[in-house]
Amino acid sequence: MRLRAGDEAAFEALVSQHDAALHRVARTFVPTQALADDVVQETWLAVIRGLDRFEGRSSLRTWIFTILANRARTRAVREARNLPFSSLGEPEGPTVDPAAFGSDGTWRSAPPRLDCDPESNLLTMELRAHILDAVDELPDHMRAVITLRDIAGLSPEEVCDILEISDGNQRVILHRARAKVRTALRPIVEVSA
Amino acid sequence: MRLWPRRHRHDPLVCREFVELVTDYLDGALPESERRRFEAHLAQCDGCDGYLEDTRRLVTTLQATPPPPADPATREALLSAFRELRGES
Ligand SMILES: [Zn+2]
Repeated sequence: MRLRAGDEAAFEALVSQHDAALHRVARTFVPTQALADDVVQETWLAVIRGLDRFEGRSSLRTWIFTILANRARTRAVREARNLPFSSLGEPEGPTVDPAAFGSDGTWRSAPPRLDCDPESNLLTMELRAHILDAVDELPDHMRAVITLRDIAGLSPEEVCDILEISDGNQRVILHRARAKVRTALRPIVEVSA
Repeated sequence: MRLWPRRHRHDPLVCREFVELVTDYLDGALPESERRRFEAHLAQCDGCDGYLEDTRRLVTTLQATPPPPADPATREALLSAFRELRGES
């Protein structure tokens, strides 16, 4: 493994790839950005020191995010802060405004679309400029799950292991998180329309 | 909590139900019979087809959004820690 052999460029690439997501996830556990920065720095140092012990049974990124979550939990307990998944007593409600549907449950009118750039098939630059802000506005547990799943691109299994939640739970949280981000982007579409 | 009248499992899906299943569908987590109901609705409803397409685009856009660059001072500190701890091995 190039990293273990001390390849600095490989380490730099790893930092570029994951640092921002690590910060975003850390911040869901601890109350301030400064504490999150500490947790991320501790994580990177633990990664550097632990490379010899990393056995490749999990993927490198799962291993890194697991170190982060463990350290962030320890820090949260020290700060007497509730962990993001300690109370999931969120009311179960629809993710789309019920007024969008008629009494038979079908769309009253076709739902508004998010603008997309036909060449890349991604949302437009204008929406992309707001998308991370929309993620940052989410409640902690939603921010943690959507960051790991959709920004860092981890699998459902990896996310369950890292956050110590069930598969069903991570999917319900992800579903609500995506719906909220979509709702947050809508006014931008409407203003620009 | 019941938000609308109970419907039977073999009834065709309606849009209101469809939108709550998109994440399960994209994760391949719907049971076979549910997946068939989902796809049957998808094939004949433009509104839901667009809703699903937008969800896919939202996810790929999130994945394609480049992370903001790490703070240069922190980055330099990490690189020198890496050099110090691993460089000689
Ligand atoms: Zn429909």
